[in-house]
Amino acid sequence: MPIGQKRAWVMMVASALAYTVYVVVLLTRRDGGPLAETAYVAPLLWTVGGSVAATVLAEIVIAVSSRREGKSAWRTDERDREIDRFGEHVGQAFVVIGGLAALGLAMLEAGYFWIANVIYLAFVLSAVLGSAARLSAYRQNFQPW
Amino acid sequence: MVKPTRVTNSIRALRFAAGEMTQADLADRIGVTRQTVIAIEQGRYSPSLEMAFRIAHVFGVGLDAVFQYQPDS
Repeated sequence: MPIGQKRAWVMMVASALAYTVYVVVLLTRRDGGPLAETAYVAPLLWTVGGSVAATVLAEIVIAVSSRREGKSAWRTDERDREIDRFGEHVGQAFVVIGGLAALGLAMLEAGYFWIANVIYLAFVLSAVLGSAARLSAYRQNFQPW
Repeated sequence: MVKPTRVTNSIRALRFAAGEMTQADLADRIGVTRQTVIAIEQGRYSPSLEMAFRIAHVFGVGLDAVFQYQPDS
């Protein structure tokens, strides 16, 4: 498996898992009250931090296992770069959508909870769907033109 | 939906004609991953012109002996 494909798997799984944990913690903390009044800052920061830490750890594991496979395991070529660019392009769209949604919510004077959560969701969708696009390009027909 | 390519290739046949060269050997010689060689062979990826020339150079043949274009009939 090319190193770019391994990285896409790591990014997708770490982001999806971290967000799932965040939603579960948030719903557990809600305790019957309004969702917008739930304490979200600490779980958000912990899950973002956890996701980053898990990604770094997985990168180290990939690096160690790739060293055993030899020099060719580290190789990236024009196809990897084009697939990476395609994934970035897909992911960027969700960052823009998230930014616009947050802007709209701020103009409507929505609570900080909703603004923060729409941005977090956009980041997660960007990471998950950008990675899914990369993985799909690796497995299926990918023509850069 | 990604458009399928009209470019076909004879890499597999050329590899066998070149002493049963493996996909890994070809990948090493043109500086790409084995997965990229597999994708090119199966028509799932169209290489750049430069990579196409590198492949042809490995087999010591012209570009049109490696890649063929199937126009609309």
